[in-house]
Amino acid sequence: MTYSYFPGCTLRTKGKELDQWGRAAAEVLGFALEEPENWQCCGAVYPMAKDEIATRLSSVRVLADAKAQGRELVTLCSACHHVIKRVNGDMQRDADICDKVNRYLKLDTPYAGETNVLHYLEVLRDRIGFDALKEKVVHPLTGVKIGAYYGCLLLRPGKEMGFDNPENPRILEDFIRAIGAEPVIYARRNECCGGYCTLENKSYATKQVDKIMDNAKAQGAQMLITACPLCMYNLKENATNGLDVKYFTELLAQALGVKEEAK
Amino acid sequence: MMETIRRISGVNPRKCMKCGKCTASCPAYDEMEFHPHQFVDMVETGRIEELMQSKGIYTCLSCFACVERCPRSVEPAKLIEAVRLAVLRQQNENHLTANDIAEKLDPELPQQAITSAFRKYRK
Amino acid sequence: MQRIGVFVCWCGSNIAATVDVEKVSQVLAQEPGVVFSTNYQYMCSQAGQEMIQESIHKYQLTGVVICSCSPRMHEATFRKTCEKAGLNAHMVEIANIREQCSWIHKDMATGTEKAVILGRAAIAKVHLNAPLTAGQSPVKKRALVIGGGIAGIQTALDIADAGFDVDIVEKQPTIGGKMTQIDKTFPTLDCAACILTPKMVDAAQHEKIHIYSYAEVEKVKGFVGNFQVTIKKKARYVDETKCTGCGLCTEKCPQKKVPNAFNLGLDNRRAIYIPFAQAVPKIATIDADYCTMLKSGKCGVCSKVCTAGAIDYKQTDTYIEEEYGAIVVATGFNPIKLDKYDEFAYSQSPDVVTSLEFERLMNAAGPTGGTLLRPSDGAHPHTIVFVQCVGSRCDDEKGKPYCSKICCMYTAKHAMLCREKYPDTDVYVFYIDVRTPGKNFDEFYRRAVEEYGVHYIKGMVGKVVPQDGKLKVQASDLLGGSQLHIEADMVVLAAAIEPDETARPLATMLTASMDTNDFFTEAHPKLRPVESPTAGIFLSGACQGPKDIPETVAQASAAAAKVIGLLCKDSLTCNPCTAQPDELMCNGCSSCEKVCPYGAITYADKEFRGPNRTTLLRRVAQVNPAVCQGCGACTVACPSGAMDLKGFSNQQIMAEVDAICR
Repeated sequence: MTYSYFPGCTLRTKGKELDQWGRAAAEVLGFALEEPENWQCCGAVYPMAKDEIATRLSSVRVLADAKAQGRELVTLCSACHHVIKRVNGDMQRDADICDKVNRYLKLDTPYAGETNVLHYLEVLRDRIGFDALKEKVVHPLTGVKIGAYYGCLLLRPGKEMGFDNPENPRILEDFIRAIGAEPVIYARRNECCGGYCTLENKSYATKQVDKIMDNAKAQGAQMLITACPLCMYNLKENATNGLDVKYFTELLAQALGVKEEAK
Repeated sequence: MMETIRRISGVNPRKCMKCGKCTASCPAYDEMEFHPHQFVDMVETGRIEELMQSKGIYTCLSCFACVERCPRSVEPAKLIEAVRLAVLRQQNENHLTANDIAEKLDPELPQQAITSAFRKYRK
Repeated sequence: MQRIGVFVCWCGSNIAATVDVEKVSQVLAQEPGVVFSTNYQYMCSQAGQEMIQESIHKYQLTGVVICSCSPRMHEATFRKTCEKAGLNAHMVEIANIREQCSWIHKDMATGTEKAVILGRAAIAKVHLNAPLTAGQSPVKKRALVIGGGIAGIQTALDIADAGFDVDIVEKQPTIGGKMTQIDKTFPTLDCAACILTPKMVDAAQHEKIHIYSYAEVEKVKGFVGNFQVTIKKKARYVDETKCTGCGLCTEKCPQKKVPNAFNLGLDNRRAIYIPFAQAVPKIATIDADYCTMLKSGKCGVCSKVCTAGAIDYKQTDTYIEEEYGAIVVATGFNPIKLDKYDEFAYSQSPDVVTSLEFERLMNAAGPTGGTLLRPSDGAHPHTIVFVQCVGSRCDDEKGKPYCSKICCMYTAKHAMLCREKYPDTDVYVFYIDVRTPGKNFDEFYRRAVEEYGVHYIKGMVGKVVPQDGKLKVQASDLLGGSQLHIEADMVVLAAAIEPDETARPLATMLTASMDTNDFFTEAHPKLRPVESPTAGIFLSGACQGPKDIPETVAQASAAAAKVIGLLCKDSLTCNPCTAQPDELMCNGCSSCEKVCPYGAITYADKEFRGPNRTTLLRRVAQVNPAVCQGCGACTVACPSGAMDLKGFSNQQIMAEVDAICR
């Protein structure tokens, strides 16, 4: 199975590991990730205002490209996923936005949200299946207690993202089980880490991260996993006494034996 | 102005039943002088100027907790963004400029943090 | 040619504000056959009715058209009026110029034009109307009550006291319903069991009441006065006639790890069980999902210890057929599931409980013997946070759109009882509005605040974080203007209530209507609150909408009064608008028979005269007018157009359409 794949700006630079191990694992799991030519940054923030059209264009370009290829579009970074999925929803549901975007883009065939947008985790859950994934694990992470950190963008708003139960998600926990480790449930796994304000108000970001870390530690987590480079930065750099944080793809690659170094 | 905010946000503040779920959910409460439920109320009663003066419009994390948990689907975060846009779209009202960035950089900072800050804080 | 009178009602300003009633009556006076046309402020008033009757005599009217409100509202009224003046009731037609005209138009010209058109259609129909006479059908003097909670029990007792036989069908092994799980009742704080269990016993001992426990309604046929109902008695693997309720089996059963549904899973019971000590009937039931004997054939302990020889592992579901004149729905409610609201961490901590679970934790017969202990570690809670409106008052995507009505009061009760029994506890109640419109209700709530020192906070809880043995509650205090962070020991969620999941399939069986929330709809929201629009089906308790106990009991007795009124009659006047086949056109295809929901259509072989003095034997449809309810399904199913509905014939409907299109 071949998917169109939108890595996003950060996965080319500061978030390389998220991308690198995701691609390596995909090979083992038997699906191909193909980057469209000339993709552009999604903007990293979903434009909530109805009259913001220009900020939606780069998402629609990559969505329309996937449609032309006849493929589903896979994303890996939480922020990219959030932006592209919601812009796609606008193209499906908001006639005004859809009309204006199509006038700007002058595509050969108009685009109205036909492409299905999947997060890499959804590919694992809905296309590969966590049971099938489990069978391919060669180095199970037995005994490791891992807290899943979802953050905001993957889950909310639930009715638009359609990713998981936004108040009690389980996709990352199921993933953790599939790679042989033990998931740790903690309530702040879907509370905001404060990433967006790290530039302007570091002390506030620290306060948020510390609450999350305290909660995860108290519930017995030894490490956290995430799918978001900004959460990753924030959890790592702004915590006063934090746990180790890894991208979920890195652990996936490790469990599948494509990342040979030990934990 | 009130109409502009309602139009670009797509939010109908009359749906609010004043339960305070948004403000109870807001992780940035301590950083804002007006809280999500007040945003909704002040947009409804036309107190837009005060909101535009407020620093809180830059501390909203866009985490969508208020949007997710609101029992009436009012979507307060969209109002906050609309007010912020109303400010930024005026002349010389950018909250962040390229000159501000250099001092804020650190080697690990992901590109996404800068991109998003520009998207949120300037036009 | 008919002599038709037209009567246009103003309905005060309801119609007259958007319809020029004077003009309507003038224009309709020009229609063929109309010999008299007038308008009046309130046609349904006594003066209005007398005017109609006088006109019938004066102008020798043979048909009447009333331009007024919906026929659902006053068709019966006007039919009676005309009957008294000697006109057949079915010579009266209503043109609905209120709900379908004045209420939906804003412009006088448009409203008036449409009213005229609707009036013309009714006149065109009256031209083809023929007098119809209703037959009579007998009434089976027995009532069925579905659901044995406080609503069903009260309805059954009242009907039985009037001397009629009543059967209660209850899906649980015992009657009593939700009230059996409740500790104390507001606003008087009398113990629920003390007022309920005597009623349960009364029902069990009443010679006119028969209880089918652990049973469900499987099938319903027939119509008002003559329902045929199939009741499924689920296998309980215990012979009801032999079991003495001694309870020995429930102590000796080796399967001890069965979540106790009566205590909402807060403790365990055995695989054979009696839900609670005062159960009625007090008969053991085997839970087939957990019984080792039923699952693997190895065990048989209960059978060995039972001195009455009541255990029967081979028992199967049995079916009972019974006839009833009336059916009462009393299927009650359940708290909603809370998966969508896990910001309260209900799935993450046992110390976050629903209010009904809290009732069990406070109940002397509950899992903790009435001492309030945290489920996680059995410690005394010192700080308790109550959250109201969990899943109530939401827009459709987020939960239930309605107010669940009972939560404000039971939360005040819980908070008050906590403070009374454990004065060292801090109790917070987060509310959106406190709604206490009932006798002595607001006084009760004020007492919780003023005398018992419960902290009522206008605001909501946004997040609950279980950590280090505490529940970190983040909430808003809208009046205080702050965000609160409370370290609580327990959080109690006032979950919205919804109709029982059996209600929807039951409504389908009964052809009774429901609203979008699965509450049964009443025949009229103000004037017929305990009747379903389907004749012979009555509503008791929370199946119709959220209700507290006093209101439920009042409605239960009201439903009983309606049932008694029906069962008192020896026969009922049938609907004369029944289906009528044209035997010459019928080709015997059985389409009508298949779609008839009442089983009113049968087939007979009849002799017809053929060409050349021959005789043909043909299979043709026959309608039993006593059973036909005039729904019209057969008339649309019939491929040859042989089936017609009296009073609504194809010809009449086409005449109306023609008049509208003219």
